[in-house]
Amino acid sequence: MEQVQLTLTVNGTRYSRPVEPRCLLSDFIRHDLGLTGTHVGCEHGVCGMCTVLIDGQTARTCLTFAVQVDGAEITTVEALGTPAKLHPLQQAFWEKHGLQCGYCTPAMLLTAVELLNNNPNPTRNEICEAMSANLCRCTGYQTIVDAVESAAAAMKGEAR
Amino acid sequence: MKPAPFQYVRASSIDDALAGLAGHGDDAKVLAGGQSLIALMNLRLVRPAVLVDINRLSDLAYIRQENGTLAIGALTRQSAVESSDVIARLCPLMAEAIRFVGHRPIRNRGTVGGNLAHADPTSELPAVAVALGATFVTRSQKGQRTIAADDFFVAPLSTTLASNELLTEVRIPVWPAGQGWAFMEVSPRAGDYALVGVAATLRAADGVCQSGRLVYSGVGPRPIRVAKAEQALVGCSSGEATFREVAEIAAGQVEPSSDFHATADYRRDLVRALTRRALMVALDRCQKGA
Ligand SMILES: Cc1cc2nc3c(=O)[nH]c(=O)nc-3n(C[C@H](O)[C@H](O)[C@H](O)COP(=O)(O)OP(=O)(O)OC[C@H]3O[C@@H](n4cnc5c(N)ncnc54)[C@H](O)[C@@H]3O)c2cc1C
Ligand code: FES
Ligand code: FES
Repeated sequence: MEQVQLTLTVNGTRYSRPVEPRCLLSDFIRHDLGLTGTHVGCEHGVCGMCTVLIDGQTARTCLTFAVQVDGAEITTVEALGTPAKLHPLQQAFWEKHGLQCGYCTPAMLLTAVELLNNNPNPTRNEICEAMSANLCRCTGYQTIVDAVESAAAAMKGEAR
Repeated sequence: MKPAPFQYVRASSIDDALAGLAGHGDDAKVLAGGQSLIALMNLRLVRPAVLVDINRLSDLAYIRQENGTLAIGALTRQSAVESSDVIARLCPLMAEAIRFVGHRPIRNRGTVGGNLAHADPTSELPAVAVALGATFVTRSQKGQRTIAADDFFVAPLSTTLASNELLTEVRIPVWPAGQGWAFMEVSPRAGDYALVGVAATLRAADGVCQSGRLVYSGVGPRPIRVAKAEQALVGCSSGEATFREVAEIAAGQVEPSSDFHATADYRRDLVRALTRRALMVALDRCQKGA
């Protein structure tokens, strides 16, 4: 099978690997790099679980071939925080019960990162619109929206 | 859920892309944002032998004004349209419609050209292009041609583009002063493909409608322009009574079909309601702009 050499940066680390052109970026991240924080649900663009940041912008990795991101910078959920020092969004998801099973959480977090980068002061409606890119089968969404609201306030240094 | 193997060609120029497409017939496909194509490939509904990736053709990603025309490069990302001041000023109908296209992550990668070439009959941009009399510029190894939006869309996922032809640019007349607009749709969930959408424009002065365009998505195999309803606007008083009559005509003219998502009758009801509402909003904007 024909392979193409791929060089990219993921969470600050440079990788160079041969890939088959048909390899989805989601599979490359999970199987080749072993970064299993990026989840896979539907594999046809509907659920949003496979969301990462490509050069700072959210994208569905099941609708991107790995070969397409040669030279790009990818951010996955693994880059956000550590158990000892959670990212303010992770902290807020924890405090506001923004997750139950956690399957959608990596996508929700990265979607919120992009939203707050572009718009540090979103209205509740704007949060709903952004987060609607991803399905959640557990929470009923309200606590996710609460968490993003709370994180936005925290990230501006306001009291929660 | 994995795509079948294919030969990957990363085009570094338009000529390069055209060379990659040539000689493969329907077996070669252009890869733009991939937001429709890769989904279809994952489901193995399409299995191209060759994919020509045009994502490095940055000279096909632009939004610019050229005299009386707004020119949008085919590789312009949908999210770039969404955040463009030029689009907001020169094509407010498209600015309004683009927000209904999928979700932000899809618009970050999905392109204007890919959306139009994909030709989904429930898609927003094809209806906008037809409503505004857009022209599509294409290139193949035989040269350049232009296609009127009205002649471009043939059937679901089918256009008059040849298999070795690249859509390069969309050209739209710059917004005429004083023209009102509205894009509205109903979809089961935000970001999903709509059941029915309407792209409406309206010109009115001194309480009389002068002209309008009404183009619908989701009620036929391609964007459907309802000329009878447009004609019924002309010369009538601008207001809800007229708009109700026009909406009735539009609902009578369209021939939607029933499917898993909605019945034909419900779609007809949506045409009626959306037409009236869209014309009300368009009138309001027309008066504010005057
Ligand atoms: C969950 C989800 C929801 C969506 N919701 C909507 C929605 O509500 N409304 C909507 O309109 N769309 C929606 N989309 C589709 C989205 O807008 C796609 O981006 C778009 O249809 C295709 O654009 P693309 O650039 O991704 O093209 P691709 O997927 O790369 O290509 C699509 C087709 O066009 C051809 N093509 C692409 N560019 C060119 C070119 N320059 N010249 C010739 N042929 C070309 C390709 O060969 C292919 O056949 C949705 C997608 C997803 C996954
Ligand atoms: S796995 Fe990518 S959108 Fe569902
Ligand atoms: S927490 Fe289970 S899917 Fe969202």
